Amino acid sequence: MRISSKRLIATAIVASLALAACGGDDDTTPAADEPAADGMAQVSGTLIGAGSSAQAAAMAAWQAGFQATNPDATIEYDPIGSGGGREQFLAGATDFAGSDAFLKDEEYQTSIDRCVGDQGAINLPHYISPIAVAYNLPGVDSLNLTSAVIAGIFAGTITKWNDPAIADANAGAVLPDEDINPVHRSDESGTTENFSDYLAAVQPDIWTFGKVKAWPDGIGGEGAPQTSGVVQALKAGEGSIGYADASQVGDLSVALIGVGDSFVAYTPEAAAKSVEVSNRVEGRSPYDFGFSLDRTTTEAGVYPITLVSYHIVCLQYDDQAKVDLIKSFMEYAGSEEGQNAAAAAAGSAPISADLRAQLLESVNAVTLAG
Amino acid sequence: MSTDTIDDTDRTPTGGFAAEPVSKVGDRVFSGLSRGAGIIILVTLAGVAMFLVWNAMPALTASSKEIGPGGDEGNGKGFLSYVGTLAFGTVWAALLALLIAVPFGVAIALYISHYAPKRLSRTLGYVIDLLAAIPSVVYGLWGIFVLAPTMADHVYPWFSDHLGFVPMFSGKVLASGRSMATVALVLAVMILPIITAISREVFLQTPRLNEEAALALGATRWEMIRIAVLPYGKSGVISGAMLGLGRALGETMAVALILAPANVYSLKLFTSQNPNTIAANIALQFPESTGLEVNTLIATGLVLFAITLFVNLMSRRAARGNIF
Amino acid sequence: MSVSTVEIANAATTSPFDNRTLTASGRAMIVAASLVVGVALSAVLGGVAIVRVVAIAAVLHTAALYLASLRIEGRRRAIDRLMTSVVTGSFVLVLIPLVSVIWTSIDRGAARFDGAFFTETMRGVAGAGGGAKHAIIGTLIITGLAAVLSVPVGILVAVYLVEYGQRNRLSSMITTMVDVMTGIPSIVAGLFAYSLFVIFQGPGARSGIAGAVALSVLMTPVIVRATEEMLRLVSNDLREASFALGVPKWKTIVKVVLPTAVGGILTGITLAIARVIGETAPLLIASGLAQDTNLNPLSGRMTTLPVMSYYGYVAPGFPPEAGYDRGWAAALTLIIIVLVLFTAARVIAKVLQPKGFR
Repeated sequence: MRISSKRLIATAIVASLALAACGGDDDTTPAADEPAADGMAQVSGTLIGAGSSAQAAAMAAWQAGFQATNPDATIEYDPIGSGGGREQFLAGATDFAGSDAFLKDEEYQTSIDRCVGDQGAINLPHYISPIAVAYNLPGVDSLNLTSAVIAGIFAGTITKWNDPAIADANAGAVLPDEDINPVHRSDESGTTENFSDYLAAVQPDIWTFGKVKAWPDGIGGEGAPQTSGVVQALKAGEGSIGYADASQVGDLSVALIGVGDSFVAYTPEAAAKSVEVSNRVEGRSPYDFGFSLDRTTTEAGVYPITLVSYHIVCLQYDDQAKVDLIKSFMEYAGSEEGQNAAAAAAGSAPISADLRAQLLESVNAVTLAG
Repeated sequence: MSTDTIDDTDRTPTGGFAAEPVSKVGDRVFSGLSRGAGIIILVTLAGVAMFLVWNAMPALTASSKEIGPGGDEGNGKGFLSYVGTLAFGTVWAALLALLIAVPFGVAIALYISHYAPKRLSRTLGYVIDLLAAIPSVVYGLWGIFVLAPTMADHVYPWFSDHLGFVPMFSGKVLASGRSMATVALVLAVMILPIITAISREVFLQTPRLNEEAALALGATRWEMIRIAVLPYGKSGVISGAMLGLGRALGETMAVALILAPANVYSLKLFTSQNPNTIAANIALQFPESTGLEVNTLIATGLVLFAITLFVNLMSRRAARGNIF
Repeated sequence: MSVSTVEIANAATTSPFDNRTLTASGRAMIVAASLVVGVALSAVLGGVAIVRVVAIAAVLHTAALYLASLRIEGRRRAIDRLMTSVVTGSFVLVLIPLVSVIWTSIDRGAARFDGAFFTETMRGVAGAGGGAKHAIIGTLIITGLAAVLSVPVGILVAVYLVEYGQRNRLSSMITTMVDVMTGIPSIVAGLFAYSLFVIFQGPGARSGIAGAVALSVLMTPVIVRATEEMLRLVSNDLREASFALGVPKWKTIVKVVLPTAVGGILTGITLAIARVIGETAPLLIASGLAQDTNLNPLSGRMTTLPVMSYYGYVAPGFPPEAGYDRGWAAALTLIIIVLVLFTAARVIAKVLQPKGFR
């Protein structure tokens, strides 16, 4: 069952959204584990979320899928950014937040006050997406980059495409004697935060700037707004290299990333694995699934530059309708069907069946305060 | 728009008419209403200023280590260092745009007022006004998709190759073209209609007698313009330029979409290291900002407000001071 | 010696350059020569491209015309011709970006400029499909509200300045402040409206009315300025005639002065609306993004066309083309709305322009 559903995931990624939704219905997993959407009681009302723009495309798919089976329910989502999303959620302005980072410790403390009851909010990692290192270098279709090279390029210490450090890992490739133009995000972003977290974890001596939301000053490179801006800059500029959400890089060439002794291409499976090899953040509710991603893993087939975007919800609400709506929507987003829909619409990596089951328990733990 | 530029004393109702009838209630209500509306303006503006100061305060009073990039970890460099490059970039981009737009604006205004066939001039003015009506997000998208690649492929490299010894044109040309030069060009196109509209209006109001006298003396068309039109319209041009400058200083989306920013002081026009503008920086950073970061951004907004205020007051002075 | 003098004399008489002024055929020759050299030069400089030929030919023509005129007509005429070339050339040059912007919008916006775009919303849409009905409605509501907020205030302020203020201290203060307000950056207006409504509606509040307030901060000064100018243009004879008939001042303003200036005032209002309808940054902060139609401006996020266009680019979804296409179609819709408003303003001004005005 598990194996066949995994195979289904792979095909679902290329399938259209409608196809993916049908596939979910046909291949129903045991009802206790994951009830099909049409098996759930219909809910109604309006749920308001705001936050991460990285999961905006997936959210569109979830909204579409959820509202198709719950025509009286409305899910609003404003992709204002993760920081703003968490802030608004903690201020009580939204029902849930989308965030590329789990709640910080002090934010978790705030959430205990914000949510009714005393259990605070939990992080549900419903969106896992590989961050691709894409480049525009005509004539070079395939490129292997070790973590040291990536860190060197983005820290500005490797400046030429024919640098020996790059050539070493790319025997046979004809690398031009051209300047490298590293492209980075000009806005603060979860993508930059995850990418710099990777660089800081694997090459702290080369990338000395730590984990940052905004690109550090003084190391050059071209700044571009949002993922679209980065992709546009890469497409327009020969000799450029940049990091962007994998689903948006289109027909740009994408580098293979050195992990251990091998080079890994970004695939949804390899990205999903990076979560499996990581540890949950401690000191939170047992239902919390904030992950400190293990970027330094050398395990084969793991793609380490991964962005995990969470849904942040309270464990208790004071309104039964809201509880039903939250549970129903979060259950859908974390279900196989919901994950496939997101994969089709946003190129994200469906979470593993084990994690799915665990997340469902967390969702079911959301209750009416009483 | 050009009230500033025209000596309007002879057209203003001078008040205190001898035969002004009195209707106590109606007049009191109506004058009260209109005065109230005026006070609303003052209150709104005071509200904007107060809100800016109030929200900026935490950033202005916080320890400098908490402000700017790395402020979360106490590695910030302080507000002045943060806002410095932004204020520089704001003024630099706007001045460049002004430098490009003013000569063109004056030329176009002259074309419409004194060169184009009379039948066409109204339509042409309308066409130029259209430039002002195109939403800035459209200019931004046009800038990235059309202007930036075109200029980077065909124009900037030429300047860089042949005039690279000039500091402004030096440095490696950014292949995507998303540099200060492109931003300045787009801003110039955006403020051009403002400058043109006001200049055109004052040029058209040049007393016919002056023009005809010049022509009667045997002046060529250009000499007539130099002797009669330009001196008369000078204050209008300055006032239009200042208004355009104000618009360029505050432009947000087009700059945010086009510019490849870095936190630097740089005069180079074609490279990837361009100082950002205050407005664009707010738009870029606001979504992901929390707590003190928001205060810092609003404090930069206060600085922008102060800069535009200064420009506006200068513009009034320019307009008033040059009336003859 | 004498032979060459004769030759020059011959050349002079047979020359298309008349002894005092450039003839039509002379100018035609300069145009033709410029074009020919332009083609040749651009071929040498890397291929005959229309843009390059025209650019080179235009520069050559300007120079040649100047030199020819200098030689035949003297310095003053030459400078006059030079300036004519420069002024005309500038105008043509500026048309290029205008045409390019509009063409780009039409070209890229056409893909999704279909029936569904105007009848569907983004509710339940992932990837391709969907429409901008909610954004069009949102734009109309927010801009309409902004107009409702700022038009009465704007007109009354102008009335105060022209009819009542009589250059007293309050009126000169208001005049200064209106000028200052003209310079408020739109994003600052957005931040102001956002934090104003946070006071009433709690943190993170976004609503149509907040966006409308932001826009009215930007709109009001434009309306004041336009109305003020129009009121000042109303002839004093009209006012005095009305007073002489015993009509009270307020009635004179309402029944005589304002109707006389109504064409110009409406034009000013329309232009003010056109100016703010495309604002993106303040609406992004104050009104946010929603996927469905929201008819209640007092609560809930409300999508507008510029915001939809912006998000179409920055968060296009997957595959991105669908989002880009929607963004450009939204931009095209916006431009068309502005064009209609602009044209309406012209028509209104013409139709309502009363006698005795200007």
